Amino acid sequence: MKITTTRRISQIFFFTLFIWLCIVTTVGQKIWQHRGWPVNFFLNLDPLGAIGTALSTHKLYAPLLWSLITIILTILFGRFFCGLVCPFGALHQFVSHLAHGKKKAELISLHKYHKAQRIKYYILIVFLIMAAFGGSSSLLSGLLDPIPLFTRSINLLILPIIGSSAKIVATNRFYQSSLLTLTVFLTFVLLNFYKPRFFCLFICPLGALFGLINRFAILRINRNLSNCTNCKLCNSHCQGSCEPAETVKLSECLLCFNCLDEYGFHAVDFSMAESKTIQVSPDLSRRGFIAAAFTGLLALPALRLFGASYKDNNLIRPPGAIPEKEFIKRCLKCGQCMRLCPSNVIQPAGLEAGLENLWTPVMNNRIGTSGCQLNCVACGYICPTAAIRPLTLAEKLGKGDFSGKGPVKIGTAFIDRSKCLPWAYGVPCLVCQENCPLSPKAIYTQPNDDKQNETALLRPYVNPQLCIGCGICQHECPVGAKGAIIVTPDGQSRENKFFL
Amino acid sequence: MQKMTQNKLSRRDFILRCTKAGISAAAAAAMAGWLYEADPAKISPQSGNIVEAMNYSIPPIAGKTMSVVTGSNRPATVTKAIELLGGMERFVRPGENVLLKPNAGFAMPPRICATTHPELIAQVTKLCFQAGAKKVFITDNPINDPKSCFELSQIASAAQKNGAEILLPRPDYFKPITLKGAELINNWPMLYAPLKKVDKVIGIAIVKDHRRSIASMSMKNWYGLLGGNRSIFHQDINKIIVELAMLIRPTLVILDGTETMISNGPTGGSESDLKQTDTMIVSCDQVAADSFGASLLGLKPQDLPYLVKAESLGLGTTDYQSLEPLYAQSKA
Repeated sequence: MKITTTRRISQIFFFTLFIWLCIVTTVGQKIWQHRGWPVNFFLNLDPLGAIGTALSTHKLYAPLLWSLITIILTILFGRFFCGLVCPFGALHQFVSHLAHGKKKAELISLHKYHKAQRIKYYILIVFLIMAAFGGSSSLLSGLLDPIPLFTRSINLLILPIIGSSAKIVATNRFYQSSLLTLTVFLTFVLLNFYKPRFFCLFICPLGALFGLINRFAILRINRNLSNCTNCKLCNSHCQGSCEPAETVKLSECLLCFNCLDEYGFHAVDFSMAESKTIQVSPDLSRRGFIAAAFTGLLALPALRLFGASYKDNNLIRPPGAIPEKEFIKRCLKCGQCMRLCPSNVIQPAGLEAGLENLWTPVMNNRIGTSGCQLNCVACGYICPTAAIRPLTLAEKLGKGDFSGKGPVKIGTAFIDRSKCLPWAYGVPCLVCQENCPLSPKAIYTQPNDDKQNETALLRPYVNPQLCIGCGICQHECPVGAKGAIIVTPDGQSRENKFFL
Repeated sequence: MQKMTQNKLSRRDFILRCTKAGISAAAAAAMAGWLYEADPAKISPQSGNIVEAMNYSIPPIAGKTMSVVTGSNRPATVTKAIELLGGMERFVRPGENVLLKPNAGFAMPPRICATTHPELIAQVTKLCFQAGAKKVFITDNPINDPKSCFELSQIASAAQKNGAEILLPRPDYFKPITLKGAELINNWPMLYAPLKKVDKVIGIAIVKDHRRSIASMSMKNWYGLLGGNRSIFHQDINKIIVELAMLIRPTLVILDGTETMISNGPTGGSESDLKQTDTMIVSCDQVAADSFGASLLGLKPQDLPYLVKAESLGLGTTDYQSLEPLYAQSKA
């Protein structure tokens, strides 16, 4: 079997596995649902998430230790992840294959090394600097890290579209700010028409990380000068545009093995041979490095300017989310919590919350089938970085060992009396009171608040001490737009702020 | 230079080109003529199906309309109560499809009793199959996430174990309905497809406290067939409950008063909201069933405006004693 066939089988296998693991990220007992499938497999193997969170929190969350395997294999053998494993890379390679013809001369020029390939290293540096420095660092690599990016695109875009159009799901799923997810995803896919594997060559910060650590690789692509006729055919399908026909740029080599496969000259091999035509380190200049580092240092405060109207406590995070300052150091924006959430209430934040919070999970009670369901703790158990910490049901509800602490509070409901039907118009309603899942209910009535019409008109009140901010009331409120009972993040447990 | 290379259009090509252009223009005009509509009202979508009532009831037998069995074991009391009315064979004929409409409204475990108890679902399913039912379907459009509700209430597992099929409220199951003589059910989406699949409908509800409508029982249970932004009906809750009872004439209603939710209804959430009342009501007359059920909450039928209204429309009687209910006690 040709080595490229092996590579293709590996790519197809991991791509299929990736899509399958996305599909099974659904609460349930069936074989196609989350019943012990390692749904975070790729996110755990992704060392960028591990290194990013390690830089921002100075701790390595246990499941991220899997990424050590990726790191060690890359150090030993080079960028195997890009060539053999990465499902996003496989997609790009497939699209590129469809997008371009077969004329050798064109292909050779198409796969020429481009100076701009170094940009991805600068992108990586900017992200790592942002994660590492400043009292309030932030993990933003997830915006462009291919594994969270692709996970997000499949989870929040492709699967909901297929699910609702093929009518294979009971309830259609909605995700706000999907347009942005779609734009980013499609842009990177379509750029393959301009240059094969555009994303991998110019953008991918994960590939850049591998390009930095593969310099000591034991096995390398190596051109055997005595057999080489200088035909340059080995360049014609080079996925990393690392130019095996010239000086091989090791840091760019994706291990696609296409150069080994071109005709039978035996002029290129993958071996331990000492090569004279190899460049082991990426084309990074000291000036470029310093510029990127400064950009990273300046970018974070600049990004925060966009979201300046959003204070730390303006976003309603899922139950179990850690304090906001810590949360943004860990959240990968992978969208796993949003995919798993059975009621579809966890939504990706849009740009209104600033670029820093883009695609991070927020609660939108007006979307989905219900607010946050009382007896559900799914989101905390799937979060790959524990930005949403796993809660037991007892802890969430404040029962058993946690009865002293009280329930986990996501926020507090406020009644907008200018919109609430009984308050504003004297029309009976009380949907919110009915649906409050707590016992005793956090929404109550005072029969005597209207002396004229004592029996007929009951008006709702919220007891802020009891309310946990689950948002079921807001979801069910018959008043349009945001409803007349609105959950705000005030009083949320994670911030330890004294309120109400 | 350019001019010199141009050839004159031949007559043949001219005619060909004119013909193609003519056909294209005619096609565009024909399409416009076909779609043309001057009346703006006719462009908007048609209103829903007009429905008289969806009648699944069976011929009455005097003295065998309602039964009440006391006891704490739900499968035993429900079996006894149905037996008193002539057994499930009276209600379900061999080869028929049956729809069970539980209250699966909330994603709560069975112990909370906010949802129809899974043991009851299991037993009624068994009785239906014993009577020769071909298929037993279970549906509801719950308030919380549908799948979570069926799973957590354990209605799903009870159904699966006994061969009943859960029909989750998929968007394409809903259809706008206009009920003749109704004011609120007017071009309103209803969970219609499951109702069309079956020959018999059995409502299985719980007796629960409900601040807005005072009590939630068999008639209120049909609320779970409404789709759309149904919360708006709380503004006139008694009317919508009556209209739903007008729309759905069930074969049978089973009203579970084994544990009555006396406070914090209809969600409950704590065992302290429940009161052991050990009563199972089975009735062909849903108004009568709810009138009896009201007594478990310490209410008279007259306290519930929807019962009074339903009676005045001839949907049933609040004077359940007149039906001579069959009483029994289950010791199991």
